[in-house]
Amino acid sequence: MLEVNKENFEVEVLSSKGLVLVDFWSPKCVPCMELIPHVEELEGKFEQVKFCKLNILENRRLAMGQKVMGLPTILVYRDGEKVVELSKDFTHEDLEAKLIEVAG
Amino acid sequence: MANSYDLIVIGAGPGGLAAGIYASRSKLNTLVIEKGVVGGQAATTEEMENYPGFYLGVTGPQLTGHMHKHAEHFGCNFLKDEVVDLDLTGYEKVVVTKNGRYTAKAVVIATGAEPRFLGVKGEKELKGKGVSYCATCDADFYEDLDVVVLGNGDAAIEEAIYLTRFAAKVTIIVIHDEGVMDATKVIQERAYKNDKIEFIWNSTLEEIKGDGIVENVAIKNIKTGKVTDLETNGVFIFVGTVPRTELIKGKVELDQRGYIPANELMETTVDGVYAVGDVRTKYLRQVVTAAADGAIAAVAAEKYMQEEENFKSEVLDKAKAIAVMFWSPFHQGSLEMVPLVEKFASRHSEKLDMVKIDTYRNQRIARRYDVKEMPSVLLFKGGEVVGRVTGDLTSEKLEKLATLA
Repeated sequence: MLEVNKENFEVEVLSSKGLVLVDFWSPKCVPCMELIPHVEELEGKFEQVKFCKLNILENRRLAMGQKVMGLPTILVYRDGEKVVELSKDFTHEDLEAKLIEVAG
Repeated sequence: MANSYDLIVIGAGPGGLAAGIYASRSKLNTLVIEKGVVGGQAATTEEMENYPGFYLGVTGPQLTGHMHKHAEHFGCNFLKDEVVDLDLTGYEKVVVTKNGRYTAKAVVIATGAEPRFLGVKGEKELKGKGVSYCATCDADFYEDLDVVVLGNGDAAIEEAIYLTRFAAKVTIIVIHDEGVMDATKVIQERAYKNDKIEFIWNSTLEEIKGDGIVENVAIKNIKTGKVTDLETNGVFIFVGTVPRTELIKGKVELDQRGYIPANELMETTVDGVYAVGDVRTKYLRQVVTAAADGAIAAVAAEKYMQEEENFKSEVLDKAKAIAVMFWSPFHQGSLEMVPLVEKFASRHSEKLDMVKIDTYRNQRIARRYDVKEMPSVLLFKGGEVVGRVTGDLTSEKLEKLATLA
């Protein structure tokens, strides 16, 4: 997964063509840590989606700019527009179902 | 992964982990199934000040992480999967998960509880966008911002204090009169001393508002009915918990609020099914009490399996008729009649054998066969009860029983 931050978020996510997934996480968030291996697994299944992760500890303002104020949150963008938004009590199965929906 | 176990534990919070530790240390082949985070609710709390032995402080994830390793150390198996169905009726319990089917002789329900939703307007829509139920997950977002905490129990006040390490101001909304909180005194005092904490009394949340992100909340004074708006960046809701018993409904008796009542042995209304931790009806929901429940359930389950297996091999599976005498050391009459029944059994040793069950130690089997009076002799044949005599056991009554063998 590509590490995104305030330096590269614009280029890698917002101005990027196609589907980009961003996993908002923090080392203090236990549910996030549990989720990450599953997201990494999904990365292998969806080659047409660019998988990124964003550590909110160093990029708090950036996350808030994307209206993310709770973890875990996963957003999927298509051509810079949010198309999927999952927050709090979702499972990796929910995420996979959403990815199948948008990536076909 | 094997499919057949002695004990299956559903849920890997402190209750389930302790059950796993005790059961696998007693060499029970044990499987702990967890759909989410090992550690349960305890893994989402940073502050852990009262777990015995850890006075220097330990975090929830650290403590439950140790418990997890401890269980694995004794050979406990772990499975990350979600239980979707249960059949608890027979001696062999069936646990169906999303990806498999497992059987066990006993099941420990350790599914815990989860934060209760308040159910106000805006709460669902703004979840993860300023509405939170987990301070450790989300506190970092609120550095130098203002947050509101709803609730006044231990969890609410402790998390509010934790949030002051990040937020500029924490406003606690309390439904009770000024100065009245459900939290323990020591925690209340700590909150009063904290400069960053303010209180709004006699109030509750009426609505959470914001365009894609929390901007303000409507606070209603329950005495005057007056509603005031307060600008805030986040709302943390700690208004108690609800048990995770959806799956168990109709299979095990629940109380009015959905919790599982269990006795001192953690036994539920179904033989071989135990309930531990926050999911059970209890006075104090803490890591230490959940762990204690788990230990008790594992020991009780082990004894249950032994008794059931003995009964099966010595009574139910026998080709020969078996006279089972239910007696109690505290019932003088029944004690005196033991030699009488023994003599009777040896007289008819060609067609029946005798087994004694001490109902002080094992009430379950007596209950199952509706044995209410001491002493009682039940005659089993091919696993079924074919005759019974109770109360005053005369030779005459017993001889009549022998004709049925």
